[in-house]
Amino acid sequence: MKNLKYYRDRYVRRQPSAFCPGCGGGIILNCFVRAIDDLGLDKDKILAVSGIGCSAWIPSPNFNGDTLHTTHGRAIAFATGAKTFNPELTTVVFVGDGDGAGIGGNHLIHAARRNIDLTVILVNNMSYAMTGGQIAPTTLHGETTVTSPYGNPESPFDITQLVRAAGASYVAKWSTYHVVELTRSIKEAIEHKGFSFIEVLSQCPTQQRRIFNLRGPVDSLPPRILDMFSESTVVKDRPEKGGYVYAVPKTSSEETLKQVKAMDDVEARIVDHMIHGRVVRVDTKLPDMVCGKLLELGSVSDVKDHLEEKIELGVFEKKTRPEFTDALREIIRKARCD
Amino acid sequence: MLEPGRHLTLGNVACAEGALRAGCRFFAGYPITPASEISHHIAAEIPKVGGLYVQMEDEIASIASVIGASWAGAKAMTATSGPGFSLMQENIGYAHMTETPLVLVNVQRSGPSTGQATDPSQQDIMQARYGSHGDYEVIAVTPWSVQEMFDLTVRAFNLAETYRTPVMLMADGVVGHMKEKLTVPEKVDVVDRRKPTSREDTPWGTDDPSGVPPMPAFGEGYALLVTGSTHRPDGVRNYAPEYHQMIVYRTRDKILNAEPKIRDIHREHLDDARVAVLSFGASARPSYDAVVKAREQGVKAGLFRLRTLWPLPENEIRALADQVDAILVVEMNVGKLVKEVERVVCGKAKVASLAKVGGVLPLGREVLEEVRRLA
Repeated sequence: MKNLKYYRDRYVRRQPSAFCPGCGGGIILNCFVRAIDDLGLDKDKILAVSGIGCSAWIPSPNFNGDTLHTTHGRAIAFATGAKTFNPELTTVVFVGDGDGAGIGGNHLIHAARRNIDLTVILVNNMSYAMTGGQIAPTTLHGETTVTSPYGNPESPFDITQLVRAAGASYVAKWSTYHVVELTRSIKEAIEHKGFSFIEVLSQCPTQQRRIFNLRGPVDSLPPRILDMFSESTVVKDRPEKGGYVYAVPKTSSEETLKQVKAMDDVEARIVDHMIHGRVVRVDTKLPDMVCGKLLELGSVSDVKDHLEEKIELGVFEKKTRPEFTDALREIIRKARCD
Repeated sequence: MLEPGRHLTLGNVACAEGALRAGCRFFAGYPITPASEISHHIAAEIPKVGGLYVQMEDEIASIASVIGASWAGAKAMTATSGPGFSLMQENIGYAHMTETPLVLVNVQRSGPSTGQATDPSQQDIMQARYGSHGDYEVIAVTPWSVQEMFDLTVRAFNLAETYRTPVMLMADGVVGHMKEKLTVPEKVDVVDRRKPTSREDTPWGTDDPSGVPPMPAFGEGYALLVTGSTHRPDGVRNYAPEYHQMIVYRTRDKILNAEPKIRDIHREHLDDARVAVLSFGASARPSYDAVVKAREQGVKAGLFRLRTLWPLPENEIRALADQVDAILVVEMNVGKLVKEVERVVCGKAKVASLAKVGGVLPLGREVLEEVRRLA
């Protein structure tokens, strides 16, 4: 078992972290360095490219290897030049959701179409966090941000499905709660020949406090948001144990909790859910029967099935098709034979 | 590639040929008239020398991938025209901030916007100088012939490598789309970027009087921090005023101090001239024609042609103003360079403008008329 010092000494430039307390960026850096360490890669042959935004600071200057910290949205295009010219470079691109799917969305889909051998990690905190938490192409409908004070009129991209449709040959989605799965996916993505893409839902205590209307002390937020990611997601092809529903309170979740706890054969607690908000999770062996009873409680406005509106995580694509840097080398061979 | 010797060829093809001989091994393109033939020729020829042609999704991506390739060790290039040039501006600033050698060809067309899409102009010369945000110093060269599309492309690469900076070849639709004689030399002189000799060398600062730090490539074990953010000499992001001042002044001075070496002026009949025609690129062709005709008519006219437009050879222009009575600035725009010339000349000689828009060259007789009026 390697300790944190081992990873820090080998892979992290020593300096104070620029991240807000509780940021998901550190978790993703941690997963990245563990992945490259597990793979036994030569650090001198790894290039970490990033754009502009909080995600860009994960590798630059933290990663103690070659880094290319570029302009907003363009990281994948910069990486395309470096990787095509020197395919020996294991090239990992860190982009944000605004960075990668907003201003840089065109580069993202075209890199997927080319199936160029890059690994793109898209850090999705569901807002433009560094600039103050404005609406991003990933912000959920109706959510409150500084530029959607009356609720977001837009709806988000499903980025993984977008990139998959554009032709990416490895596509996965995780959250910062799922560190083991994420580390494994980064390893698979780096080893995969072709365009590999991992979306990571990441916590931003600074901006998601407003977006998800999370009340309470700031230092309670990071674990709460991680729990929220766990509560709001379901892992593809993994059996979901079920046996619970969510009671959506009319007003106070505390009042609903009190009423639910008075019922027989249930366990209840307040949880944060990305879609349903602050709700009472009701664990029971008899969900169907409990549903009806919950709706009869005066404080409950709605009851949601445990899988309703959960975000699916997992590996969505793993296939082989012609890769761009190889195709370019094939062109050189052809041209020289003519 | 064309064999050494004489050919009748297109300016854009000559540019591509020059690039390949200068060592260009990465080219990113996006289709645009009147620059596309550069891409066509490169796409066909660059793989034969082991290089890569990549067609990107837009011009923003083209210049971005060129910068990425340059840091991976390539001599890299892109070519475009006005609309694409506008899209590239942000990353041109990035290339200046990161001191990335590259060559950017702008075969200028008539704008603003789509304008006269296929027709020539010289309207982007100030955009070349000031187009990106922030303070930086550019090198821009301006060919007037098919031969110079070759020669100045080679020089653009050598300047980029020498000074570790983006260099612009500001061509125009006339020289890009013109066919005339090109002599391909047996051998061209090629400069390569200075590499560091030890891990202690930083690419972000230098004691060398040139002000040009050495440049390693990705994958060579330097744990490079390449960033468009203000950075310390070790590359780490730091927004302190002194670090920003260090970067802005050193990258400016490395160009300005080398101006006498970068300077490239073509002079004709200036020894006893009373009227100088100052021009560049295609508009220098009717200017030269007018100078020759004026001489035939007994008017002491001469040509002062800028083959390097930026940095402007201010001392040479001042010396010219000391010598002649009048300077006529001929350009294919609404009158841009003339303002720079007025600033530099500062009243020492009369400065007149012959500026033409509309996607057409000034005519030799129009220039001659002005020269005679000034004589």
